[in-house]
Amino acid sequence: MKFPIYLDNHSTTPMDPRVLEAMLPYFVEKFGNSASRNHAFGWEAEEAVENARKQIARLIHADPKELVFTSGATESDNLALKGVVEMYREKGDHVITSMTEHRAVLDTAKALETKRGIKVTYLPVDKTGMVSPDDVRNAITDKTVLISIMLANNEIGTINPIKEIGRIAKEKGILFHCDATQGVGKIPVDVQEMGIDLMSFTAHKIYGPKGVGALYVRKKGPRVRIAPIIDGGGHERGMRSGTLPVPLIVGFGKACELCEQEMAAESVKLATMRDRLQAGIMNTLDEVYLNGHPTQRLPHNLNISFAYVEGESLLMGVKEIALSSGSACTSATLEPSYVLRALGVGSDLAHSSIRFGLGRFNTDEEVEYTIKRIIETVTRLREMSPLYEMAKEGIDLKSVQWAAH
Amino acid sequence: MAYSEKVVDHFNHPRNVGSFKKEEEGVGTGIVGAPECGDVMKLQIKVQGDKIVDAKFKTFGCGSAIASSSLATEWMKGKTLEEAAKIKNTDIVQELNLPPVKIHCSVLAEDAIKAALTDYKKKAEQPK
Repeated sequence: MKFPIYLDNHSTTPMDPRVLEAMLPYFVEKFGNSASRNHAFGWEAEEAVENARKQIARLIHADPKELVFTSGATESDNLALKGVVEMYREKGDHVITSMTEHRAVLDTAKALETKRGIKVTYLPVDKTGMVSPDDVRNAITDKTVLISIMLANNEIGTINPIKEIGRIAKEKGILFHCDATQGVGKIPVDVQEMGIDLMSFTAHKIYGPKGVGALYVRKKGPRVRIAPIIDGGGHERGMRSGTLPVPLIVGFGKACELCEQEMAAESVKLATMRDRLQAGIMNTLDEVYLNGHPTQRLPHNLNISFAYVEGESLLMGVKEIALSSGSACTSATLEPSYVLRALGVGSDLAHSSIRFGLGRFNTDEEVEYTIKRIIETVTRLREMSPLYEMAKEGIDLKSVQWAAH
Repeated sequence: MAYSEKVVDHFNHPRNVGSFKKEEEGVGTGIVGAPECGDVMKLQIKVQGDKIVDAKFKTFGCGSAIASSSLATEWMKGKTLEEAAKIKNTDIVQELNLPPVKIHCSVLAEDAIKAALTDYKKKAEQPK
């Protein structure tokens, strides 16, 4: 086994060596600008970009012409929200989204509220982290121009009922943006079947390179128009100017092709490993709670709270394993995970949460090692925890008058 | 965020983890913090005469919080009550090389020391 073990695949994934291999010729040898229309260097680059566009479009059942390349999912989210709001300003000034969206959507929505006077509805989620299609329907007004709901959550992996939400959006004639960053390449995505009009995703979550993403923009039924947020040479049909990063796009294409070929088998393998990880931990330790939906979740995601143990100390105790925590101590704001809070998870358990993100290159041996180390470390930290001691003495921690600080 | 060597050392080999019986004579207990805030420290001292002869802690919190309370018990042992009361959070910050975002851990440790001392004095003044 090689250390450290990487179990933080929601954050980013290692690049697949086959992706790197596909990219390499496009740095030195085939360096052309895909916008150079008048010579062989440009044609070669353009061909590579168009080939990648096809590979990417196939994975999400889109037309290659419906893809706009960006620097990543954050830019795609910004472009979708800001681009639609600006383009359809005459039509209305209301956007619907949810409380557990990624910061790239939430902070963009907040910026639209404060800088552009847009009204935003932040829908709550149920205790599994799911948005209710009925809530979406009920939030729609005659001023609503966009619904933006994520496919799968980056912390808890809960998969939203996108198809139902898409149907409601269609029925009401409102554009539907979906941040599918965590879902594309992991679970089947079909923009037609799901009724998605705009969709953000990125290469580095699917074993591709960092620095490139895409926004799917529907061309017909309806034809979606967006105002650019970056002006310049008019690349990507005017929606996103800037010379295309050809090697990154080639890598993105290859990464999508590999996902398309391997996703069915890979998702079964990852779900099996994840279930083993979950059972290995939860069958041994008491007072361990699963966060998110028990079944409707990403195959590689596991998010659990270990009562009486603070998340960052747990991460520190297993520092040879790369993990993530919803603990405030791992964030700059000193607030625990807003996603877990939106599910109704108490602050105490939010501070105690750990996210495991399995990936293509993890092994069964690594999973077994992780189970063993988590059990050891939680046990050790509980021995040091005054809360565990109090709970064992039968003191109800909720009845204690704590001095909040 | 990289931890200082001293924080890692205290975290991996915490000094004086454990509990005294709260009712035991000469024992002062301080519990500070809140689970909702992500850190709770329990610091206990055992006093003979005016000297702290032993100290123990249990902490729910991040590595820096555990290290701060571990260090606090180490420092309190052998000190008089008066000397222990002079331990400042800034001393802990300096010793453990805590970054600004972790200063609250040292503040909590200072509060725990004060709470344990107060509890001991309160108990000592009570008629037996």
